[in-house]
Amino acid sequence: MAFEVIKPGLSTTIQDLGRPGYFHLGIPEGGAMDRAAFRIANMLVGNDEGAAGLETTFMAPELKFDADTLVAVAGADMPVKVDGAPREVWTSFLVKAGQTLSFGFLKSGARAYIAFAGGIDTPAALGSRSTYPIGALGGFEGRAVKAGDVVPVGKPSGALVERALDKALLASLPKPVELRVLTGLYWHRLTEACQERFFADEWTVAPEADRMGYRFRGGHPMEFVPREQPFGAGSDPSNIVDGCYSYGSIQVPGGQEPIVLHRDAVSGGGYFTLGAVISADMDLIGQLQPNTKVRFVNVTMDEALKVRAERKDRLARIRASLG
Amino acid sequence: MKTRYSFGGDEHVYVEIDEEMSLDAFFVALSLRNAVAEAKIPCVTEICPSNASFEVRFDPDVIAPDEIMARIKDLEHKAEAGEKRIDTRIIEIPVYFQDPWTHETLMRFRERHQDPSGSDLDYAARINGYDSVAAFIEAYHSNPWFVSMVGFVAGLPFLYQLVERERQIEVPKYLRPRTDTPKHTIGHGGAFGCIYSVRGAGGYQMFGITPVTIYDPTQSVSYLRDFMVFFNPGDIVKWKPVDRAEFDRIEAGIKAGTWAPRIAPVTFDLTEFNADVAGSNAKLMEALNGV
Repeated sequence: MAFEVIKPGLSTTIQDLGRPGYFHLGIPEGGAMDRAAFRIANMLVGNDEGAAGLETTFMAPELKFDADTLVAVAGADMPVKVDGAPREVWTSFLVKAGQTLSFGFLKSGARAYIAFAGGIDTPAALGSRSTYPIGALGGFEGRAVKAGDVVPVGKPSGALVERALDKALLASLPKPVELRVLTGLYWHRLTEACQERFFADEWTVAPEADRMGYRFRGGHPMEFVPREQPFGAGSDPSNIVDGCYSYGSIQVPGGQEPIVLHRDAVSGGGYFTLGAVISADMDLIGQLQPNTKVRFVNVTMDEALKVRAERKDRLARIRASLG
Repeated sequence: MKTRYSFGGDEHVYVEIDEEMSLDAFFVALSLRNAVAEAKIPCVTEICPSNASFEVRFDPDVIAPDEIMARIKDLEHKAEAGEKRIDTRIIEIPVYFQDPWTHETLMRFRERHQDPSGSDLDYAARINGYDSVAAFIEAYHSNPWFVSMVGFVAGLPFLYQLVERERQIEVPKYLRPRTDTPKHTIGHGGAFGCIYSVRGAGGYQMFGITPVTIYDPTQSVSYLRDFMVFFNPGDIVKWKPVDRAEFDRIEAGIKAGTWAPRIAPVTFDLTEFNADVAGSNAKLMEALNGV
């Protein structure tokens, strides 16, 4: 079984839960930006949660199926249609051979996940089907899908049963959006006044927001504690001797606009980082559209771990409800 | 050197051996990194080494962040006492300096450069006190380089030249990063050289280009069949200047599967190097020229 890409949407890529283990060579983990939505999409079609599916960005694709299959959509909210007849996000539904799955304009969120019973069956690269476009690795020929691509889907492991998620089980979104941050790394490079401003300021998601990182603007520029730059670091006060970057870490090149590194992060470089967005809030970033207002909130490690545990519990309840 | 520990969010421990770059800091980072790997701490999922620091990723559902931090700190004294010697390899990488492709690109992004009146090489030669570009290029390739980090993007090596600190070449990055850099460009920023493994954005000054493929996700290049990334931290690189004809010949040879880089196994001893830079480098070159 396979589907043909009729219209590709805007940067639609094959993703799964990523390829950990190669970041020390500059190859990022990758995988779905909103891991929870991705897992739920797979649960809805009865797949293993790591089965490969599609990640859509802002504008979703149009797909035509060559065999009957069970499909689910989760994540961003937008109209879903099968041959023009409406379907719901956070549900799975049968699509018959010859039918077309299409989408309307985005209502909220940024990325939708399309899961197919059986999972996308392109060749894995370094243990994952995730697309890493800069390295031309994984996915469909190492790139976003294009019109005319015929994407293979594996055999479903069970019967094709339509399911619907009880949306009350999903986390509610605070407004304005809050991203919780654990300070550290090179936080000490900033003056106290600057540290306070970073959390007091309202930031806006910039148009430069993709799988590598999300850029924010609108807050004050950084103010650095004066020092003589260490040998090898470079002359700008925002420079350090090139070091490792982690997923979620926040760098501010030139002290101007913070960038939160995401699933396709660069693995290192010469900009200071002031801390990192906590693991439990990484999914949320994947659902932010440009121009969204955001506040960074300073939390402790204990709070970060508590939120991480809550997120895990929520997912377990969803898993149980769909099981 | 003063080691500093920090959490990077709730899944990473960041260890900075020193604020400034030195091979001494790199070797301490390397042996501490190795000690952490050998300790097999449960649910350490990855260790990323870099120039004078490294980062450990862990699963906080399995090990408490404070506990893993304490366990890494416990290993520090062991690392400082560790042998500063590695068994590695020296690789000859041909470079076509002043090539037409990086020249076209640097002209295209001239307004983002500190000195739009000349080329990146003109600028680098001048601010590092060389009389001519030729003398600068000579200094750039006459002594070997140490791969102190692999990363940024897939398989990109950062290189640090094996010379005394006062002879290290230092240049700032572009004022604003370029949106384009040819694949296989030899770049330089701060005290680090690099080879751009793929085409893309970049801020390093551009000096030349190598015909050598160093990242191949299709694994069709003969010497990348076992693994798609060529470089490892600790590799030693010797640039060899080539002209256009030689560049084309090597590129065709790689395509045909008949060309592979010249490689020799070597031992690098930091104490020996610090005591006698020229002698240590001569030994490395002897090994390479013996192949």
